[in-house]
Amino acid sequence: MSDKDKPVIDEYSGVETTGHDWDGIQELNNPLPRWWLWSFYACILWAIVYWIFMPSWPLVQDYTRGALGYSQRTVVTNQLAALAEARADLGKKLLANEPEKIVHDKGLLEFAYAAGKTAFADNCAGCHGSGAGGAKGYPNLNDDDWLWGGSLEAIETSIRFGIRATHEETRFSDMPAFGVDELLEKEEISTLVTYLQGLSGQPITEPEVLEAGKLLFADNCASCHGDDAKGNREQGAPNLTDAIWLFGKDKKTIYETVHTGREGMMPAWDGRLDPVTIRALAVFIHTRGGGE
Amino acid sequence: MANQNSSPPIQLFESRRKVFPQKIDGTFRRLKWLVMIIALGVYYTLPWLRWDRGPNAPDQAVLLDLEAKRFYFFFIELWPNEIYFVTGLMIAGAVSLFLINALFGRVWCGYACPQTVWTDLFVHIERLVEGDRNKQIRNDRSAWSINKITKKFVKHSAWILVAILTGGAWVFYFADAPTLFWDLVTGQASYIAYIWIGLLTCTTYLLGGIAREQVCTYMCPWPRIQAAMTDEDALNVTYRYDRGEPRGAHKKGTSWDNRGDCVDCNLCVSVCPMGIDIRNGTQLECIHCALCIDACSSIMDKIGRPTGLIAYDTEANIERRINKEQTGWRPLRPRVLVYAAVLAVVFIAMGSAYFSRKSLDLAVQRDRNPNFVVLSDGSIRNGYTIKVSNKTLEDQHYFLTLEGLSGHGFSEVGSQDNDIEAIHLVVPGNELLSTRVYVAAPSSNVKSHSMPISFVLTEQWGGPKYRVNDFFKGPDL
Ligand code: SF4
Ligand code: SF4
Repeated sequence: MSDKDKPVIDEYSGVETTGHDWDGIQELNNPLPRWWLWSFYACILWAIVYWIFMPSWPLVQDYTRGALGYSQRTVVTNQLAALAEARADLGKKLLANEPEKIVHDKGLLEFAYAAGKTAFADNCAGCHGSGAGGAKGYPNLNDDDWLWGGSLEAIETSIRFGIRATHEETRFSDMPAFGVDELLEKEEISTLVTYLQGLSGQPITEPEVLEAGKLLFADNCASCHGDDAKGNREQGAPNLTDAIWLFGKDKKTIYETVHTGREGMMPAWDGRLDPVTIRALAVFIHTRGGGE
Repeated sequence: MANQNSSPPIQLFESRRKVFPQKIDGTFRRLKWLVMIIALGVYYTLPWLRWDRGPNAPDQAVLLDLEAKRFYFFFIELWPNEIYFVTGLMIAGAVSLFLINALFGRVWCGYACPQTVWTDLFVHIERLVEGDRNKQIRNDRSAWSINKITKKFVKHSAWILVAILTGGAWVFYFADAPTLFWDLVTGQASYIAYIWIGLLTCTTYLLGGIAREQVCTYMCPWPRIQAAMTDEDALNVTYRYDRGEPRGAHKKGTSWDNRGDCVDCNLCVSVCPMGIDIRNGTQLECIHCALCIDACSSIMDKIGRPTGLIAYDTEANIERRINKEQTGWRPLRPRVLVYAAVLAVVFIAMGSAYFSRKSLDLAVQRDRNPNFVVLSDGSIRNGYTIKVSNKTLEDQHYFLTLEGLSGHGFSEVGSQDNDIEAIHLVVPGNELLSTRVYVAAPSSNVKSHSMPISFVLTEQWGGPKYRVNDFFKGPDL
């Protein structure tokens, strides 16, 4: 021990100092209480025991797995399994009940709504939006306009088999590309567009072409959209007289629709989601306000 | 601190100097007994008191029902959204502590703090088993013998028994006491109850039996805060050094002139549960238990000097006596008045909040994604989640209507009726009902992109109306 290492004793308290001096302020080196030191050692010991039993140290490719083989992944998997089991009962009820019953049964509705909500956020929100508000080409599921029907069954079928999807039973419809396939002249399409705008109550600039439009409609469109243009859910042909336009109701967009056709696509969820989840999703969408 | 020699051995830790407080009787000791009996009595009996609230609510006077999320305190019943009452109570508690500290120092620490009360109880048990201070010290130093082991065993068993009862009483605040008691006895209570009893048994035993004064010295923040808040006018347990010094042994019959009254008998140190010497002045460790006052008074009586060499006194008074001035106590100081005023404000605020509290809460949350929906006939629809808390104990029937939007129709999710004018809600007693409703109106009636509207809840038999304002959103015009 050199002279420098000799403990410095504080005059006033008689306690050894750390020897550090900051502008004349010295730090006393009071001993720690024994219980404190023991707790400290106990913590160190605990850490070592923890390393042995629990996953702790990262390795290059892997990590030390610990003697207990604990993994949060397994815990979550088990919890999910337990949850699924706990819900199995409600799930069964959900599948067994008539759709009408579910919608008017508070308990089932609550369960289906909650389950549907999460499933929607995970699987559907990407296209339909987190609030199911839709976007251009992606239907708004909150409103009361349905291409393929808004009853619980119809919604469920759409979810299960998809639209223009790869599933055998998928819903399928084909809006011709009247312009591209040269079924109609440009002029004729324009006339048709004006007629359609009038149908859905929009202000029109050339009322003189309405008669011609009506004829064109009857010849080319009515077979799918119906003589009254109210659409046909069997074929997923939209109602053209209402205020809701999937791609847009302005002249240019409608022209584009008639000229090029539309082929929206929705995947089939049968097999990708279990029946209970699909039923829950259908209930969730049904209760967004537009259910029939 | 003082017994460090010139070259002290470097030590990693300071071992605890075990305290063996000596038994003492006197005014303050008796006061402490009384406070202990009241405090423990309240703690153990409170959960067993009954309070009739009718058939739909528990009849336990004080109950923290975590499962149903209700707190019952005699006539008061709180819901989770009224947790601010608890905040208010905590603020009131803190300010009371400040106020009392400015007046009488650490009386909370000395008499009422659970740490003090239980330590006191444990010390007493220890004395019953092992004898008073000297016997305890001797016993501690003696070699291990059957007698010593027996004594230690009996002592720790008694402590653990008290600790179990303490933890046991705690869980009764969280469930119906008689039912839980029976479940505990028959081993049917939930494991959580046993875990809590176990935890509180451990903490009581460790804090009251083993750690004792170290809790106050090392763990509790209050001594530090208190040290910063006290002043020269607060009544603290004080050694009146103006009268006691110079101290020294005194032979009977000799004169008391030119010396102090302290006979240096060390009794005040022996009785101190914190193991300190009050004659060194007010110090962080001193919990102001006043036992040294009793000790010194007993000595003063014996030697025929006036008592009160150690007494509740203020720093200012010592100064005054030294300067031969009139002594006194100034309770009405600015800080006392400020604390009292703050306390009054907190209590008035809590009281008026409680008494103006309605038996019903209506909350409305508008769907924000999407803000609004255009329906196929062009009308606009908004969605809302309605929450109604019925704080009475009976089922209530309400009608929900809407004002500020003409031609609207209501529909409730899960109900058969659509486009109705009023929604009939039945809210079970003591429960919260949450439901989703849709409001649709023709676009011609939606006059702006955000129309102020209000939801009105009317009690079915024409009772008072509850109103919540919100908005009806539409497209930009
Ligand atoms: S010094 Fe006196 S008042 Fe303070 S803790 Fe000790 S006995 Fe109690
Ligand atoms: S008990 Fe009183 S007389 Fe005895 S040492 Fe303490 S202050 Fe002095």
